[in-house]
Amino acid sequence: MAHDTRRTSLFAFVVTMVFFYAPLLVLVLFSFNESKAMTWSGFSLRWYGDLLFHSRDLWHAVGNSAIIALSSASVSTLLGTLAAIGMYWYNFRLKNYVQVSSFLPLIIPEIIIGVSLLIMFGLTGMRLGLLTIFIAHTTFCLPYALLIVTSRLDEFDYSIVEAAYDLGATEAQTLLRVIVPVSLPGIIAAFLVSITLSLEDFVITFFVAGPGSSTLPLHVYSMIRFGVSPVINALSVVLIAGSVLLAFSTRGLFKYLIRN
Amino acid sequence: MRKNFGPAYTMPVAAWITGFFVIPLAVIFVYSFLKKGIYGGVVWQFSLDAYTALANRGLIVVAGKTLFQSATATILTLLLALPASYFIARSRYKNVFLFLVIIPFWTNFLIRIYAWIAILGTNGFLNGFLMSMGLIPEPFQFLYNQYAVIVVMVYTYLPFAILPLYATIEKFDFSLVEAAQDLGASKTQSMLRVLLPNIRPGIITAVLFTFIPAFGQYAVPQLVGGRDSFMLGNVIARELTVSRNLPLSSSISVVLTAITMIGVVLFVNLQVSAARNTPRTREPA
Repeated sequence: MAHDTRRTSLFAFVVTMVFFYAPLLVLVLFSFNESKAMTWSGFSLRWYGDLLFHSRDLWHAVGNSAIIALSSASVSTLLGTLAAIGMYWYNFRLKNYVQVSSFLPLIIPEIIIGVSLLIMFGLTGMRLGLLTIFIAHTTFCLPYALLIVTSRLDEFDYSIVEAAYDLGATEAQTLLRVIVPVSLPGIIAAFLVSITLSLEDFVITFFVAGPGSSTLPLHVYSMIRFGVSPVINALSVVLIAGSVLLAFSTRGLFKYLIRN
Repeated sequence: MRKNFGPAYTMPVAAWITGFFVIPLAVIFVYSFLKKGIYGGVVWQFSLDAYTALANRGLIVVAGKTLFQSATATILTLLLALPASYFIARSRYKNVFLFLVIIPFWTNFLIRIYAWIAILGTNGFLNGFLMSMGLIPEPFQFLYNQYAVIVVMVYTYLPFAILPLYATIEKFDFSLVEAAQDLGASKTQSMLRVLLPNIRPGIITAVLFTFIPAFGQYAVPQLVGGRDSFMLGNVIARELTVSRNLPLSSSISVVLTAITMIGVVLFVNLQVSAARNTPRTREPA
């Protein structure tokens, strides 16, 4: 292989890695800094102590995030799976409408989804809070859940459903004994993707959240607006460590999902 | 004939998406043709005010800025992502390197923005470092301008560009490049005229994953941008929450949505024609 291509690509790769990790390393380093400033003054764990014991609002937001993520991922996975199965199994007039209208949220800018929901909640007089966040999160997770379960079912030979019928299975038996087991890897993947999307979301949540219903990203946002804070440095390290752990622990799971 | 249960399975999703996505979009579409109420609401009277207001010079400048910032970020992202993903795909340790790309990809979006505030802010790491070295007498404002917005957007979207590019380069049959060189092509020629056209679907996906979200960006300019770098998303939010001009906020939303959809359709068409013209990937064994 050409040496200069290799050198150029190695250079770009190194630049990319430095670009990716230098900011994260700075956060890690200064989360152990004794003083509040971003100049090194000595090792300390006090910001982790603050994060654990003096950040009640933050932990409240973490709790909200967990409630929203679990509930909206469950509902969107359940509804998305049902629709994917229905559209795989049958042909009907509603199908086209569902396919188009559930694809659009994937490409429309997040802010439009947030703003339009906020305007509609205002119009119907709904109080902003955990319920409106749950509705918004389920709305943007549903298309992903539907897409993931559908692509799982698309790979799957429909004749096995016909075989189940020929052998005398009822609709319910075919659903529970054939279709659900077959789509299980897709259902798991849809649930995990929905949880991740929900935990990550800032923009849409920002518009539909009310007083007291802050999620973790919203809380981080309000902290960032006041500038650099060592407690956010410590929180960042916890979250980065979380994504490393998640990446490691889900490797096995992903292999399972891909293999099946 | 079996009973058709399809609508029953699909009804919950159809109802949900209609109620919480289609109707809200329809509401802002209708609002964009109404008159602004004095106290922030709307007056139910047909008007094109919100669209004529789009011709405002300030808004056109913001639209230009939005296009410039998202296009520059996309180009820079591609310039880094193309060779970097080439390197990963050609490497013996591709699994390790992919893992290194996925970690920032999974790190919270706001934390990734915050990392840059911690570095570039007036009380940030870089200013502290430069001042302790005696290079600058007082903190320099690196943030709150369009360069900061572009850098942070590149940082945010780079993993989204590397992953699809990696996936297509990984499938590319490199004996074609060798063949081109055996036939007398230079190294550069073989890269530009054999590799690049063959990985076009990956490039288009990378552009789609970068440009579309960058164009509708709200959080990055809000946190690291200044008056010179606000984007359409920020104007929508400002008109809605500060000026309480619902029709204008709605008309900008309609335009942003329309531009995004046209962009997606164009890219997807390019994608389809690229996929049709590039069958030269390795056959699965």
